[in-house]
Amino acid sequence: MIRFDSVSKSYPKQSRPALREVSLDIAKGEFVFLVGSSGSGKSTFLRLILREERASHGQVHVLGKDLAKLSNWKVPQMRRQLGTVFQDFRLLPNKTVAENVAFAQEVIGKPRGEIRKAVPQVLELVGLGGKEERMPGELSGGEQQRVAIARAFVNRPALLIADEPTGNLDPQTSVGIMKLLDRINRTGTTVIMATHDQQIVDQMRKRVIELEQGRLVRDQSRGVYGYQH
Amino acid sequence: MRAQFVMSEIGVGLRRNLTMTFAVIISVALSLALFGGSLLMSEQVGRMKGFWYDKANVSIYLCNKQDAQEAGEAANSGGGGAGGVATCRKGAVTDEQKKQIESELKAMSLVKSVTYESADEAYKHYQEQYGHTALASSITPDQMQESFRVKLKNPEKYKVVTSAFAGRDGIHTVDDQRQAIDDLFRILNYLNMAAVGIMAIMLIVALLLIVNTVRVSAFSRRRETGIMRLVGASSFYIQVPFIMEAAVAGLIGALFACVMLVSGQYFVIDHGVGLRDKIQLIDFMGWGSVLAKLPYVLFIGLLMPSMAAFIALRKYLKV
Repeated sequence: MIRFDSVSKSYPKQSRPALREVSLDIAKGEFVFLVGSSGSGKSTFLRLILREERASHGQVHVLGKDLAKLSNWKVPQMRRQLGTVFQDFRLLPNKTVAENVAFAQEVIGKPRGEIRKAVPQVLELVGLGGKEERMPGELSGGEQQRVAIARAFVNRPALLIADEPTGNLDPQTSVGIMKLLDRINRTGTTVIMATHDQQIVDQMRKRVIELEQGRLVRDQSRGVYGYQH
Repeated sequence: MRAQFVMSEIGVGLRRNLTMTFAVIISVALSLALFGGSLLMSEQVGRMKGFWYDKANVSIYLCNKQDAQEAGEAANSGGGGAGGVATCRKGAVTDEQKKQIESELKAMSLVKSVTYESADEAYKHYQEQYGHTALASSITPDQMQESFRVKLKNPEKYKVVTSAFAGRDGIHTVDDQRQAIDDLFRILNYLNMAAVGIMAIMLIVALLLIVNTVRVSAFSRRRETGIMRLVGASSFYIQVPFIMEAAVAGLIGALFACVMLVSGQYFVIDHGVGLRDKIQLIDFMGWGSVLAKLPYVLFIGLLMPSMAAFIALRKYLKV
């Protein structure tokens, strides 16, 4: 599904590379936590998968494609198979819940009939049935994140990338979001989640990848957030 | 691609930047009106050239007794011919010289017709034209010059006649009226160039405004475009609303420019000021010429802002 072959990434005007010689494999259907302190390279790792950045050295394969060889105009096609969720939700404030989710389908040219069917279905799945016509501002943080997850999942991506999805939520709400992501994972969707939330990582007991100053320092199946010091 | 979705995006974008859109429309309208105006002007100049060149002819003025006297006096005083025409020094033109000139003119393939005007006829014409002035009453037929009036098949080539006959004995001057017309056209040409220059400046202003509008527009919709990018909307799909916005504003501007050109023809030339009736010396263009320019104006009004928007998007919209 995803393969990194000794991938390094340095940004111009920065002496220290953001990623150094990272190699790993993520198989289809896995649930992976990406942990590490701020500036450890988590965001760069995710941006490389989304092809928002290109690797300086090494190869990044996503969904069987070498991203270095993927031409620019094919990138949108590749991104349609990825779903993304962020800490700050990134909803459109002037559109209703249903419109926000439908937006993800409209802009890739899905037929209207299909959208009308898929949107209530996915809102039901994330537990927002009956809130289609609400505006994002009227919802709680947890509900807003559910809308964002619905939008990321409505096109049934093979891979869901979540960048600190619980970063703005209280522990109880976070548990609900994690249950939802787990449910999505069980449908066969690979989930990669960057997080700082120790409690969640420790509870879920999934694969943990830890980055430190751009290096891969730990890759542990059924791991916890960090070693006890 | 869903047309309805794109259309609503364009509407939202144009309304959001209403003031900027107005600025774009006005500057596009003015620059394109100048563009159409200068196209029409150069066509008008071309028409006037044909019209006047046809009417104008080359006049070969011959020396009379007075010219010979003046030339002789100037030579004797040692002034190097400052006070007279050197070719008249040998006296007034002779019948032989006249015959020679006439036959040479008739032999030239360039010449269409030659008419001879005697001094008496010249005097009569002069009195007809300027009879009421004080100067005219002091002039006598003796002071008038005999002349040949030459019409050419190709009026552009008047210089051939000038170089063949100027400086010959018995010929006072070769005067071609086209020289005067050329001066007039040169002025008209400068005016036209000034119009083109102003148009170019207006066009640059319009383009800069469009670039800025697109930048503001892209910035105010960065949330939407960011999401579109993430869910895999094609760059074409993301860019189309912005380009269409510029195209719609440009087209509205171009329509205003067309209205300006048409009402210019209507109110300044045909009716209103009514130049067509007041200046009969000028053969003004008809409606066909004006209408023929409108498609160009519309086309450029549509194309140019779209291109500007497209270029601006490369810079301000990450796709």
